[in-house]
Amino acid sequence: MPDQQFEPKIVGFLCRWCSYTGADLAGTSRIQYPSNIAPIKVMCSGRVDPTFVITAFADGADGVLIAGCHPGDCHYSVGNYKAMRRFPMLAKLLDQFGIERARLRLEWISASEGHLYADLVKSFSEEVRALGPLRWKQRIAPLCESVDIARSQAATV
Amino acid sequence: MIAQDEKIGVYVCHCGTNISGTVDVSAVAEYARTLPGVAIVREYKYMCSEPGQDLIRKDIEELNLTRVVVSSCSPLMHEVTFRKACNDAGLNGFLFQMSNIREQCSWVHDDRERATAKAKQLLAAAVLRVGQQVAMEERIVPVRPETLVIGAGIAGIEAAVRLADAGRKVYLVERLPSIGGHMAQFDKTFPTLDCAACILTPKMVSVGQHPNIELLTYSEVEAITGYVGNFRVRVRRRATSIDPTKCVGCGLCWEKCAVKKVPSEFDAGMSMRTAIYVPFAQAVPNKPVIDREHCLHFTRGKCGICQKTCPADAIDFDIQDEILDLEVGAIIVATGFTLFDAGELARYGYGRLDNVLTALQFERLSHASGPTGGEILTKSGERPGAVAILHCIGSRDENHLKYCSRVCCMYSLKFAHLVREKTHAEVYNFYIDMRAFGKGYEEFYRRVMSEGVHFIRGKAAEVSTVAETPEEEGKLIVVGEDTLLGVTRRIPVDMVILASGMRPAEGTEKLARILSLGCTRDGFYLEKHVKLAPVDSPSDGIFLAGACTGPKDIPDAVAQGAAAAAGALSLIDKGRVIIEPITSEINPEVCAGCQLCIMTCPYTAIHFDSERNVSVITEELCKGCGTCVAGCPSGAARQKSYEDSQIYAEIEGVLA
Repeated sequence: MPDQQFEPKIVGFLCRWCSYTGADLAGTSRIQYPSNIAPIKVMCSGRVDPTFVITAFADGADGVLIAGCHPGDCHYSVGNYKAMRRFPMLAKLLDQFGIERARLRLEWISASEGHLYADLVKSFSEEVRALGPLRWKQRIAPLCESVDIARSQAATV
Repeated sequence: MIAQDEKIGVYVCHCGTNISGTVDVSAVAEYARTLPGVAIVREYKYMCSEPGQDLIRKDIEELNLTRVVVSSCSPLMHEVTFRKACNDAGLNGFLFQMSNIREQCSWVHDDRERATAKAKQLLAAAVLRVGQQVAMEERIVPVRPETLVIGAGIAGIEAAVRLADAGRKVYLVERLPSIGGHMAQFDKTFPTLDCAACILTPKMVSVGQHPNIELLTYSEVEAITGYVGNFRVRVRRRATSIDPTKCVGCGLCWEKCAVKKVPSEFDAGMSMRTAIYVPFAQAVPNKPVIDREHCLHFTRGKCGICQKTCPADAIDFDIQDEILDLEVGAIIVATGFTLFDAGELARYGYGRLDNVLTALQFERLSHASGPTGGEILTKSGERPGAVAILHCIGSRDENHLKYCSRVCCMYSLKFAHLVREKTHAEVYNFYIDMRAFGKGYEEFYRRVMSEGVHFIRGKAAEVSTVAETPEEEGKLIVVGEDTLLGVTRRIPVDMVILASGMRPAEGTEKLARILSLGCTRDGFYLEKHVKLAPVDSPSDGIFLAGACTGPKDIPDAVAQGAAAAAGALSLIDKGRVIIEPITSEINPEVCAGCQLCIMTCPYTAIHFDSERNVSVITEELCKGCGTCVAGCPSGAARQKSYEDSQIYAEIEGVLA
């Protein structure tokens, strides 16, 4: 039974040109969706460094969304294809960490698809809720000091 | 980590009740006081107003704030406003950060407790992030003085003439052989009943003669690179097979042309044209093109009668497509609309039954230079005794166009008037709602009502030829419910006009990709802001005008053309533009020379310096997507305004 009390924390990396604008449109259209998602604006889904995703999980996220422009519609021509190619690699990495793949999503939301964004947040929240809390500290942190090392390296650059 | 001596000012906006209606603003402000480095927290009804901005400016000056966070609407809305307020008070605008607690919080979460909790998260992210931001100089680049206008309908023509009159060079690109767009096809215009040609053709002529307008008809934009102020445009000029410097437009060639049965696009298929043709008599430029799909010389390798006939020796079958590379500072997109294909609604019989016409076909039928010389006649050449006009064909239809096409009610009234005036036929309008919103439109509606036109409130269900009574024999029977009387009506008529809605022009999507523009669900271009920036696209330096952003009537299209010209002019007249510093850099001290970034860059902005064994980004070519930064295995690449440390701070904040 999914824990109804559990409110998953989801971090959304949203492309400024499509998904972030689409999420704004959901707002101007007053389409209601769960408050579990916290958006972080990036210039392109291609900017989403896999380390951002792992860091989000490590910092307490139960789910992570990467949302960019539909294939062929990228504001920077092909940035979303880079995100698309990194995604299977990330998924594999999650496997190795023992994180359920369903906790990470890559989706295409255009600037006019506020309703799709709202639907996505609804369904993704439910899915992550059903998976339960990630419990990084208990489950995964002991396995991967290397992430902390990677982070401290990034911070010093 | 936020340095000890930081003094961050946090300003939480109520936005009237837009935010405070669902978010407990005072609780958010209270929470802000607990965040590191925060020196002052204020809440205010409208932060973006002058007194709101004053609060920020005063605090910066009096409290020596080192950074500022505003929690209000989307940064896409007011980031520029607040950044400027900071700059005005002497604080570098890049030491400012916004958190979006309206569009992505108060408007989408109705649970007060949860919305407040999320507003706190987003604010914490902004405070932690701003602590990582650095002062930067704005990048200023020069702007070229030329403008490219894509589409030469009335909106594009208006924009081009305005700019050209201001002394600016304009390249006007049109896909078809002549400029003029749909308006050139119209008979009269509502509500004044001006003849469309009388008001349009002088403008077309001035476009053709204007020294500042370089007209590129029969041409299409193939690629666009560069950025605001400095676009490079590749245009393909399709081969017309005519040497324009020799042709005088005498017309002998199309008189002699052996191919005479090509349905005329301009006459909406109501007449036939030749393979070498000018689309209509007032075309600009008034020189023919050879339609290679139909010309016998190109399809079968014979004929050539036009070449033999031409007294000016202007016909050259060997002319090839020409590629032009242009450089412009601004771009105006005015690609217009196309009519909804009434054939998609088989129940109305378009394409199956004679005398069922689209709106454009009726325009041509009623036009003095149309196939009947302006006489409204049925296919058998008789004056109709009764005519039905069916509104909302495709429009306001869940299965087709969900939106109202705005112009159909008015042009249907115009048609009703013209039919009454020219034929005295009975006219039946089947409408859902009558929408007469513009200047003089309601008056026109009343006038047409007083002319004895019948109005039946209800969408027509079908056009049938199955007669149930002797008087229905041989007629088109329009069946529909009269929702005011609550009865089904069967109206036998001789002609049916389908008031088709408007959809985006063919090629809209392709051009959207070339220009990196977004489209709405309906396929029209997306404006920067639907109310406050209706002719700006989300990309700086690219403007939108006319029906390419949604159905428009002529006055609105003209107004938008002029507005887009003003937008382009204010950009190019200033001669320089501020570019947001979002470009990427590679630290040569850290770069390992692996060159992975070069493969990720969509703009070939990165090259390899083999002497130093490092990759180098050319800032002028970088558009700031940050893909190379995410791909750099050694952490040498960084993106301004989106540094790793800033994103990490945000992650930490939203999960705090």
